[in-house]
Amino acid sequence: MKRRLLISSVVAGAVFLVIGGQWVLGGSGATEVVAGPVVSAANEEVSAKPEILGEVPPHRPAGYHPTVATGLTDYSGQAVGVACMTCHATKVPNLDAGRAGAGPAGFHQKMVYAHGAQSCLSCHNSQDYDALRLADGRKLAFADAQKLCQQCHGPQTRDYLHGSHGGMNGYWDKTKGPRLRNTCTDCHDPHAPAYPVWTPVFAPKDRGALQQKAREEQSNNSPEAPNHE
Amino acid sequence: MNEQLDEDSVTETEAGGGLMTRRNAIKVIGTTLGAAAFAQAIAPLTEWTDDLTLDDYLQKHYKELSPFDLGVVMARMEQETKEQTGVDVHIGDYRPQPGVKFGYALNLSICVGCRRCAKACHIENNHDRPSGNSYIRVLEMEKGSLDLAKGRVNYDHAVPNKDKFYMPVQCQQCDKPPCVSVCPVEATWKEKDGIVVVDYNWCIGCRYCEAACPYHARRFNWTKPQVPAAEINPDQGYLSNRLRPQGVMEKCTFCLHRSRQGKLPACLEACPTGARVFGNLLDPESEIRWVLKNKRVFVLKEDCGTQPSFFYFFDE
Repeated sequence: MKRRLLISSVVAGAVFLVIGGQWVLGGSGATEVVAGPVVSAANEEVSAKPEILGEVPPHRPAGYHPTVATGLTDYSGQAVGVACMTCHATKVPNLDAGRAGAGPAGFHQKMVYAHGAQSCLSCHNSQDYDALRLADGRKLAFADAQKLCQQCHGPQTRDYLHGSHGGMNGYWDKTKGPRLRNTCTDCHDPHAPAYPVWTPVFAPKDRGALQQKAREEQSNNSPEAPNHE
Repeated sequence: MNEQLDEDSVTETEAGGGLMTRRNAIKVIGTTLGAAAFAQAIAPLTEWTDDLTLDDYLQKHYKELSPFDLGVVMARMEQETKEQTGVDVHIGDYRPQPGVKFGYALNLSICVGCRRCAKACHIENNHDRPSGNSYIRVLEMEKGSLDLAKGRVNYDHAVPNKDKFYMPVQCQQCDKPPCVSVCPVEATWKEKDGIVVVDYNWCIGCRYCEAACPYHARRFNWTKPQVPAAEINPDQGYLSNRLRPQGVMEKCTFCLHRSRQGKLPACLEACPTGARVFGNLLDPESEIRWVLKNKRVFVLKEDCGTQPSFFYFFDE
């Protein structure tokens, strides 16, 4: 009887120690908690008709007075540009300038031109060199150049208008905030619009990449292995 | 009672039992068991490391935390970050929005393989700097083949190469995610808006999910991620880009600390060509729905039955 009492008390003691130990841990944890801010349940009420805050405005280049860079700088270090009308006010418009084979000449001869069979005056306005010209002859401000591109590049325009062409940033949810979109000439040089070739950034350094590199170097160095490159 | 015990012991000693009586043996065994049980109870303390606080250790699962307790936890994490790095960060708990299921589509026709998305991910999500970690891996693929095993990640020439196409791969936020079903402790799960998340404080680092993912989209923190204090992104989410501890899994969350506030993910904003399209799959007017309806769309490894929320498409 006493033996049984002793055993049960030992077992009870062990259980007490286990529970007590964990209670002590839990208790100290609870006392160290710092009172923090109350977080509201994040599911905010969405009003029935959310207000559209951000349309999807294409980024408009500043309405500038275009100049051609001379490569010179003035006394304050600012680049010196020449306004179009400095020369073109007296020149007779050459409708064939820039056509394939001819290429830009004179003051513009260093410009790289590769935009199909267009001549300079397909897009530039011979009546007003500070503006552009739509295909039907209407004048177009430089800031609205996108309309000029859209005359020919239908699929790209369609994709652009549906958000699947051209970089953007801001909000996917237009009820929460605005979105700013690139315009055509942010990425494409209008005179040579093929997308430029880039040097990739951020070479991978993870294990998988290093292993792949090691394998490739090994197969390139061993004479028996077929060269996949 | 005491007298009686004393009498008993006297009697047994006199009976010639000495120290090796049955009673003493039981006492010794009992004491040993008790001590062993106590040692077992406090054993986790011996595995204590400097970066694990008592509160971390005793913290409940994300889903079991009340909003108040989670607020306490996030305030504690902000304070720890302040102590360890000196940076004031804000850790938020961003919940799925009702009526939103995220989808992502990537245009293989115009991706040039510049890897700016991978770099933006690296910066936005406070990735380990020495290992150059990122949730995005850009594969250079042979035209005419979708064999991922032939995709190269090490390309270092000018891009795009006209004989190749470029395929960024990240978490596909599957509707049937194999990574979730293999997790032995439910530290990773799929949320209502489709994002598969990880509770870094619940993960035990077994890496089953990494093995289960057919897209190689999960990353393991072999070391405590090192981010210079000046480069830490202070806009953090509990389930996304807060500074991770060592030994836990992590993965792309579509930048939920941004996307659940209506913003575009960092990789999309970094894309110079607009190859990436992000939006709400439940909104018929969204751009992502237009792409799914009008473009030639496919999902990666469809035969795995994972039902991704990430789509690839071609122009024309």
